[in-house]
Amino acid sequence: MKVLVAIKRVIDHNVRVRIREDHSDVDLTHAKMAMNPFCEIALEEAVRLKEQGIADEVVAVSIGDKSVQEQLRTALALGADRALHVSSDTAVDSLGAARVLAEVVRRETPGLVLLGKQSIDSDNSQTGPMLAALTQMPQATFASSISIEGDRLEVTREIDGGLETLAMSLPAVVTTDLRLNEPRYAKLPAIMKAKKRPIESLEIDTLGIDVTPRQTLLRVEIPRERQAGVRVDSVDELIDRLKNEAKVI
Amino acid sequence: MSDTRILVIAEQEKGHLSSATARVLDAASQLGGSIDVLVAGSQASEAAQQAARLTGVSGVISVEDSAFDHMLAENVSALITSLAEPYTHLLCASTTSGRNVMPRVAALLGVGQISDVIAIESADTFVRPIYAGSVLATVRSLDVKKVITIRPTAFEPVGEQSAASVSSADSTGDQGMVTFVEEQLANGERPELGGARVIISGGRGLGSAENFRLIEGVADRLGAAVGASRAAVDAGYVPNDLQVGQTGKMVAPELYIAAGISGAVQHLAGMKDSKVIVAINSDEEAPIFQVADYGLVADLFQALPELERKL
Ligand SMILES: Cc1cc2nc3c(=O)[nH]c(=O)nc-3n(C[C@H](O)[C@H](O)[C@H](O)COP(=O)(O)OP(=O)(O)OC[C@H]3O[C@@H](n4cnc5c(N)ncnc54)[C@H](O)[C@@H]3O)c2cc1C
Repeated sequence: MKVLVAIKRVIDHNVRVRIREDHSDVDLTHAKMAMNPFCEIALEEAVRLKEQGIADEVVAVSIGDKSVQEQLRTALALGADRALHVSSDTAVDSLGAARVLAEVVRRETPGLVLLGKQSIDSDNSQTGPMLAALTQMPQATFASSISIEGDRLEVTREIDGGLETLAMSLPAVVTTDLRLNEPRYAKLPAIMKAKKRPIESLEIDTLGIDVTPRQTLLRVEIPRERQAGVRVDSVDELIDRLKNEAKVI
Repeated sequence: MSDTRILVIAEQEKGHLSSATARVLDAASQLGGSIDVLVAGSQASEAAQQAARLTGVSGVISVEDSAFDHMLAENVSALITSLAEPYTHLLCASTTSGRNVMPRVAALLGVGQISDVIAIESADTFVRPIYAGSVLATVRSLDVKKVITIRPTAFEPVGEQSAASVSSADSTGDQGMVTFVEEQLANGERPELGGARVIISGGRGLGSAENFRLIEGVADRLGAAVGASRAAVDAGYVPNDLQVGQTGKMVAPELYIAAGISGAVQHLAGMKDSKVIVAINSDEEAPIFQVADYGLVADLFQALPELERKL
């Protein structure tokens, strides 16, 4: 079985995001970039499926300008067999990404597509279910455990009330939650080797897909910061202030 | 805008309408126009009666079919798209169900989706947090049909009215793509995080599942819901559904108490809209103090039992 993993390049989760002076967008110049943490988990799961003999090929795909090749090389170093760069100079939104991935699915016919449940930049949480809809595949979002037997997939999902287990047949789309696995780090020799590996490339314009953004960004702002309040010296003072000042208990 | 027609997709469980529905209706009413509510699943008609009494609702569509239990995305999205034609806006709460179903609906309709809206500027312009809530984006949708998820805690629950009419619609049935196997739900002895007036959360500082009882002890005194940081969930102190933050639950209670939580931006994303924040932490430099109205620098192993005793 072939597993397709979608990878997004995003700002590193430790970096504090700034916005442009004119409030037109966030300012990512010189910001440290990385693979979206949820995509790392998706890739890790694919590599583990291969190690267990369930998958025989792991294909990593990313959409964007040339810079996303850095994350594709990381994917190769972490165990992906092939890397596919869908090159686009303009950013695509979730629907655009899902349409591109649907075309890649049509060409590659994977048995399983793994994506992160959300990307930590837009926090949209959309691409996985959109891809499932466009390819008429079943979906299991927010996965915290996966088991595959033959063409039957069982996924435990993290839902608001607790956990839920669904069963479906492959091919299917799965989006990964935090507790699915703990991603490994790439080893130096693998990183060196990945530098020389080929990355396949597809021009987005040649796919015949409409990726016009469905939304325009009018402005961004930094939310009003909360002011630090007072330090209390004791539990007694805390209770007193909550009762008599804040009046919340 | 008089030609605005809104369909709110409500969640229900065993005939009980989800409490988020009344808050999504607040967002819907800010769009202007008429509002219908869709309720689907076994015992949908009971929940439909509850929806009909919420202020602003013009009509409720009830589809009683067990195919829609557990909000299975494949089945529910087929139902919603079959009903979508007359509507300009499709709204759902940004719960795990809403975030599972609505993108599928949007893609089937060939439109984009707007996630986790916290403010309505007009019928096509919305405010939503990005980058773990460290930035707010104002976006305009260019789609003719707008598929939106609403962050319930950013809106107030609407009141009651005399019941609107309830009608039924044809079920699109089971699409035969997934089967529900089982669920493990938290037992409901304490209030739900989403609607709680008071929340007390514990982090890695608690050190073990056993020690989390200190949090529960205070929670019981206050009638509070219990939350946790990701570190506490990852370490197995508490189940996943208690995680507050960017990738967990978004909460905005009257009072949020964080004990043994450092205050990472991903945690703050889920609770910084709380009215009053209390931090209990032994490290006076912990970032959580920067957002806390009341900060107590203390060892939680002393402070929490004392708090429980004195409340
Ligand atoms: C993609 C991504 C998504 C994430 N999503 C979330 C999310 O949704 N929610 C979330 O919470 N985190 C999330 N995180 C993790 C987040 O970055 C932090 O790692 C996490 O919140 C830390 O949890 P903590 O504060 O409990 O632990 P720590 O940061 O380890 O803090 C423990 C605190 O306990 C204090 N302490 C220790 N002992 C005591 C004592 N005896 N008495 C008093 N205080 C004590 C310490 O001083 C310290 O401040 C995410 C991270 C990533 C990368």
